[in-house]
Amino acid sequence: MSHGETGTECACRRTPDPGPDAETLWAYVFRETEGERPDLIPILQRAQTVFGYLSHDTIRRIGRRLRMSTSEVYGVATFYAQFRFQPPARHRLQVCLGTACHVRGGVQLLETLERQLDIGAGGTTDDGEFQLDRVACLGCCALAPVSTLDGKIYGDMNVLKLQKLLDGCRDA
Amino acid sequence: MAAGTLEKRRSRAARRWRSLRQSHRPVVYIGMGSCGLAAGAAETREAIETWLSETGHDVRIVEVGCIGPCYLEPLVDVQLPGRPRVTFPNLTADRAVKTVAAALAGETPKRAPVWWLPGGGPGVEDAGEAAATERPDLPDDVPAIAQHPMLAPQVRIVLRNCGVIDPDEVDHYLARDGYRGLERCLDLPWQEVIETVKEAGLRGRGGAGFPTWRKWQFCRDTESDQRYLICNADEGDPGAFMNRSLIEGDPHALLEGMLIAGYAIGASRGYIYIRAEYPLAIRRLHAAMDAMRELGLLGDRILGSDFSFDIVLKEGAGAFVCGEETALIASLEGKRGMPRTRPPFPAVAGLFGKPTIINNVETLSTLPAILRNGPAWYSRFGTETSRGTKTFSLVGKVRRTGVIEVPLGTTLRRVVEDIGGGARKDFKAVQTGGPSGGCLGEELLDTPIDYENLAAAGSIMGSGGLIVLDSDTCIVDTARFFLTFTQDESCGKCAPCRIGTGHLVDILDSVCKGEAEPEDLDRLEQLGLIMKRSSLCGLGQTAPNPVLSSLKYFREEFEDHLLRHRCRAAVCRDLVEFHIDPGNCVGCLRCVAVCPTGAISGPRAEPQSLDPDKCIKCRSCVDACRYDAISGDPVAVEAADAD
Repeated sequence: MSHGETGTECACRRTPDPGPDAETLWAYVFRETEGERPDLIPILQRAQTVFGYLSHDTIRRIGRRLRMSTSEVYGVATFYAQFRFQPPARHRLQVCLGTACHVRGGVQLLETLERQLDIGAGGTTDDGEFQLDRVACLGCCALAPVSTLDGKIYGDMNVLKLQKLLDGCRDA
Repeated sequence: MAAGTLEKRRSRAARRWRSLRQSHRPVVYIGMGSCGLAAGAAETREAIETWLSETGHDVRIVEVGCIGPCYLEPLVDVQLPGRPRVTFPNLTADRAVKTVAAALAGETPKRAPVWWLPGGGPGVEDAGEAAATERPDLPDDVPAIAQHPMLAPQVRIVLRNCGVIDPDEVDHYLARDGYRGLERCLDLPWQEVIETVKEAGLRGRGGAGFPTWRKWQFCRDTESDQRYLICNADEGDPGAFMNRSLIEGDPHALLEGMLIAGYAIGASRGYIYIRAEYPLAIRRLHAAMDAMRELGLLGDRILGSDFSFDIVLKEGAGAFVCGEETALIASLEGKRGMPRTRPPFPAVAGLFGKPTIINNVETLSTLPAILRNGPAWYSRFGTETSRGTKTFSLVGKVRRTGVIEVPLGTTLRRVVEDIGGGARKDFKAVQTGGPSGGCLGEELLDTPIDYENLAAAGSIMGSGGLIVLDSDTCIVDTARFFLTFTQDESCGKCAPCRIGTGHLVDILDSVCKGEAEPEDLDRLEQLGLIMKRSSLCGLGQTAPNPVLSSLKYFREEFEDHLLRHRCRAAVCRDLVEFHIDPGNCVGCLRCVAVCPTGAISGPRAEPQSLDPDKCIKCRSCVDACRYDAISGDPVAVEAADAD
């Protein structure tokens, strides 16, 4: 997997390079698989890495390859929190709401962002700039509350720091 | 026969490790675990590197994992020739250059606390001669980091290498007796390996505490042409991150443990099911497995023995229920991660219908030390029924946060007060076991941490999250938080869990709003007991625990909400009102800048006033205020109405 290290932009957010054509990308998605059911989740993960999200056509093609119905593939994909079915926004914000973040004010951070961006958790702004997600735990509980912007983790967050982060994003 | 194969590489490894520790060039070690990175370690590294290249210093930079006190991140060690590593805490990019420059010039800063790091690592019981022979050439006022209050009570067996070695260097691991446990294991018949683990008294560290050897024996007792080993690294418990820290700091310990377990149960293939939210841990494991392949530690005929084993890394796709064994197996098989009824247990019929052992990261990472030092050595630590040590992530409203490892039987008080430095405000409770556990209050702080005592107190050991709650945390709100989590994560297969969690959340919601009736507390208890008895898997069976234990020990706080409509912690939004203390307010207007509704107003440099009708109780101003001038007051809603 070409997951970047924490701190750099995560590969699953990168829009596909216009370089390789679609078939090359699909060859990557299906590489080292035997076309069997246990390959489904790794294939979905790679498809999301390459295409940014799982479109209806992507799901159908994966189903054909694994000899599964489209609804069966959806059944699995929608079970897991990792998979997205809408194109990703330019920036992805995640607010951690694990236990430590909860008791140290994670909810306030999420609400601030919801107000500022005028979207709910799980939503994307109309201009396609920001996507806001809540996440169960990022495992950086000692630095709670924690948020991420485009895969980079920020510890000891507060409303002011969050605002600065958002402003920096908008200016860029 | 097996032992000879690694020897050559081992002496090279020892040379490389020695040359790092006794380097003629200064060395800068930077803690680059996820927690370090979240605190800004990458920026710190960049600042130091830029400065080094600009000034032409010949200094080596080494990346290490996290040594545990995450609240001190970013942690940077500077090692001058002939001296031990000296640890500097909280070196953010803006402070790093100045401090490192001074350290390289041989000065010890006056202001900041610093420690020196013994070669063997702090609290490491089997560090060998490295620890004994070291005499630091340092001023007396620089204490050993082993004396740091957070580290002093610890015994580090699983975490012995974390923060000490470069996790990407297999030579560092080898130089510190890495893979000696495996060599010893391969010289024994499998029966004796199981016997060794039995004598050591190791129990599953995932939380349930089932004896590891017995599970292995079940698997061995089932006739099969194929057996599988799965490492459960799907650390989904919110508030727990010991496994992440361990893998990021010392991936080979887990991998060596997997080889030992695979040998004992007769598996030829192992899977690591790891959370996709841990990209750094995944990267470290991939790098470590490449190194193993090069050394003949993975694949066919490992170290020239008859034992062949390979490991596949599978990224979890984000579902808490996949921590449950049968759900995890379903997920590996490419299905929705839903549990099934047991028996048959996975040890008899698991992955693809074959006997499968699922062990937790920490359980597996403990195996090398047990094999290396013998079961008698290991069972010295801990209590009669709970042997050895356990790692915990100590977080929440506690002064010192991070990852710790203590012998089982250590009291909660010692962990919270001595290691954690106590609660930030007045201690209220410590939450163990995450969404499956419970809240234990002051009167239970002297409970020894082991499987039996925590269960008797109404909580569980769990995987190791310890979340401290203080007087600013509302018990009802915390219980509601956990139930909202389990409601979200319930797979929906069985009715008691799917419907029960929803009802519990509804009732807790109304308690938090001050709208509940006294009978609702009995309903919570009744419903909780039904769910415990009738849910299909561990998720549903333990989901009511946070409510039931809170009701048991903090009933008064629930009653406060529903009889007096009062939240004493001033957390529940409908039962709190904010005001500005004119005595503390200096009129800096920071709160005005962050208030989303314009509820705060007043002239600059004078106390501000807050309009309660406009206030949406978002707490932004409380966060922004530097003068402690804004606070929430519990208000008795109905009492106010009656006036």
